[in-house]
Order: sequence, then structure tokens, then C-alpha cells
Amino acid sequence: MIVARRNSLMGTGFLVALMVVTLLPLVSMFTSALFPSGTYPLGISWPAHPHWDNFVKAFQTAQMGTMLQSSIAIVAGVVPVSLLMATLAGFALGHLRVRGGQIAFLLFVLGLTLPYEGIIVPLYYEVRHMGLLGSRWAIILPLIGLFMPFGVYWMRAHFVNAPRELSEAARVDGATTWQLFWRVHVPLARPALTSLGILLSVWTWNQFLLSLVLVESPTNGTMAGSLAAFQGQYGTNIPLLSAGSLLILMPTIMLFIVFQRHFVTALLQGSLKG
Amino acid sequence: MLSSISETTPRATGALRALTNKRARGLHLQGWLFVLPALAAYAAFVLWPIVQVVRYSFYNWDGVAAARWAGLANYGTVFSNNQLLTVIGHAFELILFFSGIPVVLGLATATVMRRFVTGRLSSVARTVLFLPQVIPLVAAGIAWSWMMSTTGAIDEVLNNVGLRSLSRSWLGDFGTALPAVGVIGAWVLLGLCTVLLSAGMSKIDATLYEAAQLDGAGPFREFVSITLPGLRQEISVCVTVTVIAALSAFDIVYISTVGGPGFATMVPGLEIYQLAFLNRQVGLASALAVVLMALVIICILPIQWAARRGDQQ
Repeated sequence: MIVARRNSLMGTGFLVALMVVTLLPLVSMFTSALFPSGTYPLGISWPAHPHWDNFVKAFQTAQMGTMLQSSIAIVAGVVPVSLLMATLAGFALGHLRVRGGQIAFLLFVLGLTLPYEGIIVPLYYEVRHMGLLGSRWAIILPLIGLFMPFGVYWMRAHFVNAPRELSEAARVDGATTWQLFWRVHVPLARPALTSLGILLSVWTWNQFLLSLVLVESPTNGTMAGSLAAFQGQYGTNIPLLSAGSLLILMPTIMLFIVFQRHFVTALLQGSLKG
Repeated sequence: MLSSISETTPRATGALRALTNKRARGLHLQGWLFVLPALAAYAAFVLWPIVQVVRYSFYNWDGVAAARWAGLANYGTVFSNNQLLTVIGHAFELILFFSGIPVVLGLATATVMRRFVTGRLSSVARTVLFLPQVIPLVAAGIAWSWMMSTTGAIDEVLNNVGLRSLSRSWLGDFGTALPAVGVIGAWVLLGLCTVLLSAGMSKIDATLYEAAQLDGAGPFREFVSITLPGLRQEISVCVTVTVIAALSAFDIVYISTVGGPGFATMVPGLEIYQLAFLNRQVGLASALAVVLMALVIICILPIQWAARRGDQQ
């Protein structure tokens, strides 16, 4: 009994310590965001007079309104189209089982391991050739392509387990393939679609490399790209930089807390399948 | 064509089969129409660039003037240039941190959660540990750069416990910069591995543990004989994901050190970026990119094979 209780106490202590270490950088960011702009706060300490206005200042100096619009526009350009394409392909490969589909599927799976740095150089010249360099399309179009391996993989895994009797019944009732897809199977795929949508949104929001290479100007980039630009400019102003960083990571954290269950199961299934 | 031939078969069953065959073929064509948009986007922005990067790697090109054929010279440089070899070595060193710490610590944490801790604390811990996974890596880099600076929280703690001699600029010191970058990566990936492994543990049949306890197995024996084999798939996933993250590290390094001090934290991803866009050595950058993609596959395949083999046993 005593041993069990001591063990459980030690286990709790271990977990709490780990949580403290995990939260420390974020807490440290938060306390330093409250120091007067331009000063050097020391470690983790609470300022005598918290400067909440740093958040307003960061919002203004970083043109965060414009950045926010840009990121939202990019997410809106990438996610719905990616979802649609991935669902169509996943349905054909997982449920219709088209002939030769295995080859297409293998091709997609190979893309799962691809580091983006591997193709960033030709991507730059391709996008420049299309005359899109610096515009939001320079991020939107490549990201749709880059999300296909995971998206198709994910949706195929869902449709492989979709009930076949349903399709046979719909066929008997004279449904076309499109009706079968749109009326019967897409509504059933809603949970899988929601999870995929959340994942793709966060990955788009956090995408840095494409934003850095293909857009540069923070007003047309993703949030992560803008944050890096902000760091380049105000890197020495720790309080302002911390306030700006917190503003930028707030939306993803809020999304995470609201959709937590979706999120965790999505990432778990996603990586287990991947 | 084929369907019209089979339709001429005299037997009625043949005609019927031909009809269904024709219908099936039509369906398959329709099916490919469903695959087409995804395949087109993938081909245009992934497959075509892969072909291009291989092509670039055989040329000397500054991105502006005409490219000159270089044969395998760029690959020769990648495998003989000391600096580039060091850079590739750094990627492997990062695997120790990005994969080693999250997997080992994740196993420990998941075990602790399963054995000793109540449900509510476990679920809070899962949420908290998972948090680094959802914030942009850029933000993680900024937060840790500040933590690891001479005025940051780590040095402050060291100073307060009387270890002032240890405190330093962790990311600016030649000896500690790369491990420091590795710690940031471990911080990001620990939550993912913990949650993954603890989900896997909850799927292991509890009667196995009871049987082991009846046989007098201690906690260590239990862990080695039941937990580890039962988690084979989850562990292979953790290793795969984290190895890819280590080999293709970019965001964290770009934000926290830009490869410095000197070349102490230069990694392949950042080197590709600098070679192509700052030094205008597009051919060499492309050769390194091809080597990086190949390295990822070479590292991943054995892990997947091992996991598959284990599943069949």
C-alpha cells in the first residue's frame, strides 16, 4: 500500500515536472511580453507594471491585421480545394477500387516522406515561370499539391472501410457514381473530413519555408512567415517580439483547445496511417 | 474496342458478362476522373519538381545565365566537401535528440500515466504535452532562443542554484548549439510520441499484465516482455515521424541560429536554401536536395520493414 502510494506520488511528480518544462517557454514568453518595450527582461519574472499595451503595439507594428487577412485568405484557398480533391481521389482509390489504382496510390504514398526542402528550388523557378512569385497563389497552389499525399492517404483509409452494401443499394436505385459519392458517401465521411480540415488548416497556418522562399513580403505570406519577418525586424526587442509571437500562436492554440479531441485523434490516426 | 469484341461472343452468358464488363470499364474510367484532379495537382507541384531537381543537379547554374552540364560533379562535391559532409552529419546528430529523447521519454511518460496516475491528471498532461505540436515551429524557435539566451530562464535558474559557471548563451556556444537545437526539437515532438505511445498502451490486453504479475514478473520484466512488443507499431511510427523531422529540420534552425555559430548548427535543409538563394549555386543545392530526399527514404525503409516483419511474427 505504502509503496503503491509512494509510486503514484512519484509518478504525479514526474508528470507535473514534465508539464512545467513544456509550458516554461510559453510562460517565459508571456511574462516578457509584459515588460516595457525595448527593455531586457530577466528570465521569468513578473514586471512591476505589466504593459498590456505591448500586445496592441505588436499588433500595429507588425501590421498584424493585414497578416491575419493574408493567412486566412491562404487557408481559405488551400483547405477546401485540397479537401475536395483528396476526397474524390480517396473515394475512387478506396471505394470504387479503380483498376491500376494501386499504382496511383503508391505514387501518393511515396510523397508522404518528402521533405519540402527537397523540391523548394525547382518550385521557386516553376512559380516564377508562372509569374506568381510574391503573390498568395505562390503558396496556395504548391501547398495543394504537397498536401495530396497525406490527404489522399487519409481519405482512402476512410473509404476503404465505408460500407459497400450502401453503394450496392444506391446503385440498384439507379444512382450515378457522382450521386453515390456526393449524396451517400460524403455525408458519411464528415468526421474524417473535419479532422483532415483541421490538420491542413494548422499546417497551412504554420507553413514557413514556402512563405519564406516564394513570397518574402509578410503581407502576402502565412502567419509563420510573417512572424519570422517580424523577428528579423524586431529581434532585439524581446517584449514586443514575445507579444507578437503570442498573438500569432493564439489562434492555433485556441483551435487546438476547442477541437482537442478531433485534433489528437486526427494526428494519431494520421501518423499511425502514415 | 475490347468490349465490342466480347459482345460478339455467341453465348448469352458471354453477352451478359460483356455488358457488365463494359459497365465496369465505364466505371473505372469514371473512377480515374475522380483521381485526376488530385493527381494533376500532385504531379504539377511535387512530381514535376522532383524530376526538375534531379535535372538541375547535373548542371552548374547560377539561376540567371545559361546552365552548363556538370555531370556528377555536384554529387562529387556533396560527398567530398568537408563542410557539406559535416552538415549531413549534423542531421544525423539531430536524430539522437529529435527521435531518441521523445521516444525514450515518451515511453517512460506513457508507462507512468498507465500505472500510477489517475485519469484526470493524465488527460490534462496529454493536452499540455501536446501543445508544442500545434504551435508554429517559428514560434517555438523564438520562445526557446529567448529561454536559452544569457538573460533567459535557463541561465537564471542555473545562477540561482549556484551553477553560474555553467550558464552561457546555449545557442551561441560552439559546443552546445547543436544539442540546444536538438532540445527544441525534442520539446516539440515529445507530446506527439507520448500521446501516440499511451494510446497504444491502452490497446494492450490488460490480462497479459495480470498474467505476468501472477508469474512474478517485476515492472521492468513487464515492460520488456509485454509493453515493448505490444507497442512495436506505435514505436515505429514515432521513430519514422521524428527521423523525418530531424533530417528535414529547417524552421527551428533558421529562427534560432541560422546555422551558426560558424557552421555548428548548419543542417541540409538550410544549406540547400542558402546555396540556392544566397550563393546562387543552384546545381549544388539541387544535388544536396536529391541526397537529402534519398537519405530520408534510406532511413525510413528499414524502420518500416522491421515493423512489418514484427507484425507477421
